[in-house]
Amino acid sequence: MRNYDVAIIGAGVTGCAVARHLSRYRLKIVLIDAAEDVAMGASRANSAIVHAGYDCPADTLMAKMNVRGNALYERWCAELDVPFERVGSLVAAFNPDEKLELRWLYERGLQNGVPDMEMLTGDQARALEPMLSNRAIAALHAKTAGITCPYEMTIACAENAVENGVELLLGRPVKWIVSEPNSMVVRCGNECISAKRIVNAAGIHADDVARMIGDDSFDIRPRKGEYMLFDRTERRPNKVIFHTPTKLGKGVLVAPTVDGNVFAGPTAVNVNDKEDTSVDANLSEVLATLALEATPTLNLRNTIRAFAGLRAQPSSGDFIITSSEKDARMIHAAGICSPGLTSAPAIAEQVEEELRITGLTMSEKALFNPYRKHIPVFRTMTETQRQRAIAENPLYGRVICRCENVTEAEIVEAVRRGARTVDGVKRRTRAGMGRCQGGFCTPRVMEIIAREAAIPEEKITKSGGDSYMVAGKTRGEV
Amino acid sequence: MENRELTCIVCPMGCRVTVELDGGEMRFSGNQCKRGEAYCRQEVSCPMRTVTSLVAVEGAEHPLCPVKTAAPVPREKIPEVLAKLRCARVHAPIAIGDVLVRDIAGTGVDLVATDARPLRAET
Amino acid sequence: MERKIDIVIIGGGPAGLAAALSARERAPEASVLILERDRALGGILQQCIHNGFGLHYFGEELTGPEYVDRFIRRLEGKNIEVWLDTMVLEIGEGRRVVCVSAERGLVALNAGAVVLAMGCRERPRGALIPGTRPAGVYTAGTAQRLNNIDGYLPGKRIVILGSGDIGLIMARRMTWEGAKVELVAEIMPYSSGLKRNIVQCLEDNDIPLLFNHTVTRVHGRERVEGVTVSEVDPATRLPIRGTARFVPCDTLLLSVGLIPENELSRGAGVEIDAVTGGAVVDERRQTSVGGIFACGNVLHVHDLVDNVSVEAAIAGQAAAEYALAGEKTAPQRAVQAGRGVRYVVPQRIRAGASGNLDLYFRVDNVYRGATLEVLCGEDVILRRKRPIVTPGEMEKIAIDLAAVTADVTVRLAADA
Repeated sequence: MRNYDVAIIGAGVTGCAVARHLSRYRLKIVLIDAAEDVAMGASRANSAIVHAGYDCPADTLMAKMNVRGNALYERWCAELDVPFERVGSLVAAFNPDEKLELRWLYERGLQNGVPDMEMLTGDQARALEPMLSNRAIAALHAKTAGITCPYEMTIACAENAVENGVELLLGRPVKWIVSEPNSMVVRCGNECISAKRIVNAAGIHADDVARMIGDDSFDIRPRKGEYMLFDRTERRPNKVIFHTPTKLGKGVLVAPTVDGNVFAGPTAVNVNDKEDTSVDANLSEVLATLALEATPTLNLRNTIRAFAGLRAQPSSGDFIITSSEKDARMIHAAGICSPGLTSAPAIAEQVEEELRITGLTMSEKALFNPYRKHIPVFRTMTETQRQRAIAENPLYGRVICRCENVTEAEIVEAVRRGARTVDGVKRRTRAGMGRCQGGFCTPRVMEIIAREAAIPEEKITKSGGDSYMVAGKTRGEV
Repeated sequence: MENRELTCIVCPMGCRVTVELDGGEMRFSGNQCKRGEAYCRQEVSCPMRTVTSLVAVEGAEHPLCPVKTAAPVPREKIPEVLAKLRCARVHAPIAIGDVLVRDIAGTGVDLVATDARPLRAET
Repeated sequence: MERKIDIVIIGGGPAGLAAALSARERAPEASVLILERDRALGGILQQCIHNGFGLHYFGEELTGPEYVDRFIRRLEGKNIEVWLDTMVLEIGEGRRVVCVSAERGLVALNAGAVVLAMGCRERPRGALIPGTRPAGVYTAGTAQRLNNIDGYLPGKRIVILGSGDIGLIMARRMTWEGAKVELVAEIMPYSSGLKRNIVQCLEDNDIPLLFNHTVTRVHGRERVEGVTVSEVDPATRLPIRGTARFVPCDTLLLSVGLIPENELSRGAGVEIDAVTGGAVVDERRQTSVGGIFACGNVLHVHDLVDNVSVEAAIAGQAAAEYALAGEKTAPQRAVQAGRGVRYVVPQRIRAGASGNLDLYFRVDNVYRGATLEVLCGEDVILRRKRPIVTPGEMEKIAIDLAAVTADVTVRLAADA
């Protein structure tokens, strides 16, 4: 049985950020996930917003983590080569009641310590954001809000953590945990590992993991958020545009993505099934109506994809970042709903703090490398850069995904970095994310994964498990 | 007497043709032209189809070579033709038009390659 | 690297091949280069292993690879350069065509004339169908490629949405490969596929074709486990309450439309027709940008490759003439779609053009006993009877260019 200092359960943005942060210390760390890739839960389908922090209730952990996380984002993204643009956000009010609500938000922002906010008239807001509806009468402008790429952030943290010695165990669902006197034993997949501490970052399943040691102090309820992604030909707003929030969430937003698309969502519906990421026909209509209210020029026919994610809504209403009452050696990083993406770097610091409180000693490594580079992206290179890239690696000259101009070199590198599924390649390279949605490149991507990872093509999955791409060969082996 | 309903495929009209079978006699109604009658006569007595498919090929870049029956075969023979070509195994190089299986499934019709499969370049 | 090429043809499918050959014929001394992104010539026809091609052009029935082979053979000895595995990244100012390949790296070609022949792509699921997003949802063409080129069966129990020809052909292919095709759902009250394919692909194999039906939900977490199929109101095309039923399957194939791939053309500033999704062209298939021509499915989606070959020859010849002599500007007449007609190609005719011109068009519904009319200004200059016209089959009508003295309209007579 392998022994670790820290076992992190859950390789979403929280778990990966914790792993990356702790990898600066002399600790033996393992990062475990049930799925066959990182970022397979809420981290792959959310609003991709780095929130300013005005909408979290005052004096909550959420508020604290949000504001701190936002401040840390620049450095984390610079070190990890993750796209981040501090574009700023507008919360738009369409009637006097909502305008009043904006005032509350502003006050709360001040209480939470959010810098650089201002109240704008409709016209002032439209001067900043021409796509904003003429019907908006006022807006709260938060300059610190930004946009990023959530799965890219997660992948980058995981890669950097592995670079610094963290072991990554994927495709290993945690089945039970036993508290022994000197360690905790975790059954994951078909093996057992032991660890001095466990970080419970299991997202939507964090309550299930807590219950494995008899801790039923909280429940996680899935809240579905649906999104619509638009083709790049659709005009991109300058800012993140929010509706005034409701009880169920921060309100529907229309936002630019770091990849040049426009994006609308999310809805907010409480569901029972922790795996239910289906898109509902009626919900899409609701979303469309709200998106059009804020930005009437949006052309819904340019939607290239609809998808849904599940936020991990805690029964307590606030993030749970603390030692378990049942066994202090388990640190929860649980109930990380929105603004979890923003908070991830701050949550990592907080988990470190909690681990120290339990008596785990940590000393800095001499050789911690905080840097990680993204796979060089052909699409965004200049002609000279492209020439240089091809001279170094001719596979940069072979375009596989024609919509996003993703080359074979990028796909090969994604496989080298651990992508084993069609979606895994897609998230790392954008192959298949364009307007044809993989119609042409999917068979080529499968061929490259098969060749590079030495997997038979018929064993390749879309996203792990039984999500096989094909049913088998049509003719016997030759 | 027996009635058969057919869709004529001779032209985009797609006439619904009723064929009355009376012993050896056939009577047609619903078709708007003579060509339709000829088509339906064949279709009722012995519908013929060209089979196009793939056979496994060794030694080429591609694992498969597309093929067709050199002439239409009786429709009822299609399953047998498919079963036979599924087991067939041929070797590159193959030129377009090469006969890959003679007299497939006893139809008297050859199975021919519809694309070339040159030898895989040695690397 | 920079190079000067007289005629650059983007795409080595049936359109590009025919364009290259006619350009060569018209300009025997010019340099002609075909840029093809795939590893072989032929475009999508390489994977269309079924027969039915070439009846009009060659007077015999060929499979896709055989049809392409006829053209590839004609290339021999013609001194037409072909770059395979080469992707065009942009068409810049002054017809600077930037392309990339592993073999040659990044190359900029200064083209005397450009022929766009990039073909089309399939409409993806997009935001069309609610439900989960498991493995096993493919466009029909992707499934065709997996099966016919790579040798993998996409699934074993299949529902097909859309009764276009690719969907119908794949229904038969999958059945012949041992899969069970449960049904084909078509949201319209008619199929855009050929009658022959409905009979030989579906009826021969007892596959039900449900008109006024669509797939309203995809089920399954990892792989498709089934779909909900619902009847739609023919007027609104919205699902009718209470008609939904669950159909177990592991694969959903989509044959819900083709879209000309005009990203390069847009980047070059070419005007795009909102109905065809392709360039607006004159009778020589020249686009709104001088020296850039378009043909084949990138111009408008064809149902017969034979028509593509004819159209591409026009574009190739015109491109050669442009490369040799440059452009003489002339005023243009518009060609418009009138009653019952969705679009007409070409959309422009240069004043002073002579000879006969085939106008290609599609109607907006099924009409029996229709009369086609061509108007020049207010005057009907041509009338033709057709026993039936359908949206799925492109229509053609020949006019005498000398008679064109004003804008032209193609329409159905009011009695249709």
